[in-house]
Amino acid sequence: MPAEYAYPDAGAKNAAGEFETEKMSLSMGPSHPSTHGVLRLQMELDGEVVTKADPVIGYLHRGDEKIAENMTYNQFVPYTDRLDYLAPLANNMAYAIAVERLAKLEVPARCQAIRVITAELARISAHLMGLGAYGIDVGAWTVFLYSFTEREKLYRLFEELTGARFTTSYTRIGGLQRDVPPGWIEKVGGFCEQFLPLLEEMLQLLTRNKIFLDRSVGIGVITKEDALAYGLTGPNLRGSGVPFDLRKDKPYSGYEQYDFDVAVGTKGDCYDRYLVRAEEMRQSVRILQQAIAKFPDGPWHATDARKIFAPPKDKILTSMEELIQNFMLVTEGPQMPAGEVYFEAENPKGTLGFYIVSKGGGVPWRLKIRSPSFCNLSILPKVCVGNMVSDVVSILGSLDFVMGECDR
Amino acid sequence: MTAADLKAQFPEVTERPSLDHPAVNVPAAGVPALLRHLRDAAGFDFLADVTAVDWSQGVSPRFTVVYHLYSTERHDYLRVAADCPDDAAPAVPTITDLWAGANWHEREAYDMFGIGFAGHPDLRRILMWEGYPYFPLRKEFPLAGIDAELPDPDVVAETGAKARPAPMAGGPFVASSGEVNLAEAEPRAKDESWNERRPKPEGTD
Repeated sequence: MPAEYAYPDAGAKNAAGEFETEKMSLSMGPSHPSTHGVLRLQMELDGEVVTKADPVIGYLHRGDEKIAENMTYNQFVPYTDRLDYLAPLANNMAYAIAVERLAKLEVPARCQAIRVITAELARISAHLMGLGAYGIDVGAWTVFLYSFTEREKLYRLFEELTGARFTTSYTRIGGLQRDVPPGWIEKVGGFCEQFLPLLEEMLQLLTRNKIFLDRSVGIGVITKEDALAYGLTGPNLRGSGVPFDLRKDKPYSGYEQYDFDVAVGTKGDCYDRYLVRAEEMRQSVRILQQAIAKFPDGPWHATDARKIFAPPKDKILTSMEELIQNFMLVTEGPQMPAGEVYFEAENPKGTLGFYIVSKGGGVPWRLKIRSPSFCNLSILPKVCVGNMVSDVVSILGSLDFVMGECDR
Repeated sequence: MTAADLKAQFPEVTERPSLDHPAVNVPAAGVPALLRHLRDAAGFDFLADVTAVDWSQGVSPRFTVVYHLYSTERHDYLRVAADCPDDAAPAVPTITDLWAGANWHEREAYDMFGIGFAGHPDLRRILMWEGYPYFPLRKEFPLAGIDAELPDPDVVAETGAKARPAPMAGGPFVASSGEVNLAEAEPRAKDESWNERRPKPEGTD
């Protein structure tokens, strides 16, 4: 071997009589398939064991909070699609409710029910994606094909409801973009009915799969105390055994009417997080079926909010009063009182919070997005250490994060 | 939990106006002690969020750091706000030793507002790159952005890439808070000196 290729300390032993090995630094991402977007992990390895992990985020930072300070409340709805882009309908709802809290505005029961239905469909869609991607991360391709077939059905429902498959922008402050089309609710019922057996079939591919168990049981254990200290929320926190679910604890949008269970893990490992997501899909179907069974009639938007919700289109085109009202709303935005509110909703990835500071008028002074993926990723330096590199892939998959939301 | 409940132990705590959850103001130096008390004795065991607000240049105090606490037992929130005493070099003590999750939240507030968190173990930028010269969520930072060098000199030498401001002052939807008439609030959107079709004039910033 030429001298310049020889490893300088090869064969040297330290005082304790062990071979001196050099730590290797490995940059995983930002375009690594298992980092689900543009997360970069700057790791330090001792052989194949991770001794240090520093997540580098911000590759998808678009300055959503700055943008929010420069546009009216309704104009920001499309930006919320691009936070957790696997569940835009849930983000739309969380944002709309946050601004409605600022205006002290209650939307009618039908509007609340539609929002619950869309949010739960979004949860199923997001968890299907999480499940499929996690399967691929640990070497099970088939699940992904099943879950994407089901997501396609959901996307068709979203398209029929909102006109868009992906970036739905469905809510407006004080209501929705439109009412549900005729027959749509029945289609959601049909989806639920055929989805349950398919979900079980899909889960059978993983739940007792030896390879999957080897890759997930006992890997990436997050204790209850750590999970709370790092501000984890959603399935990642519940997987660690904390029954924290805002739909139950601080019900919004009429969640108190629905009967469902909060799935909780026991050990906090990757497998528990997988089981929690699986159970949440079953519970979402339960909520959907109840919401469909007692789907209320009545208005689908706030009717007593002239300065917040736009009048019907036919009125705008035929009546002076409504035309002026619409013009003011579009040019100056929904009029809000001065003050501050903080609202969190239980989204698929965890609690999505909006802290809004208003000085009055149609534009927020400051809008902070408390993103669940950001908080969930902050535990990585702790949870990755001591694991093999291949287990880091499994841990990342089980945390089920979205960089659009993490980086904002 | 209101300011009145805390008065006996923390006389400097005052009520803060809020539209939803109870909220209190506390001097910056008293943040760790108050939050420790709230966590250990008042059941606010979950730190939901840490962020900051810029009340704009010329206002004093200019920066306020805002904490949202949540009780997983009682299911209620509490907002704690601390004004930063120094407008030029805003700083508050860190709370990373109370909640490990505060680490990234404080890094973000530092990155976006330039607020120092005294005692923070690892106060680096988090969303912007290390060495970025501005604090983007400060009110004087324009929506369109400011010319800045990219972090990697190799990439810059090879591609000549730069972080450039967006055309039309970041518009076309540009409005600002608190203005009554948005036609007056949107002059920036009318800036057509350069846009997608018309290149940026040489030598301008």
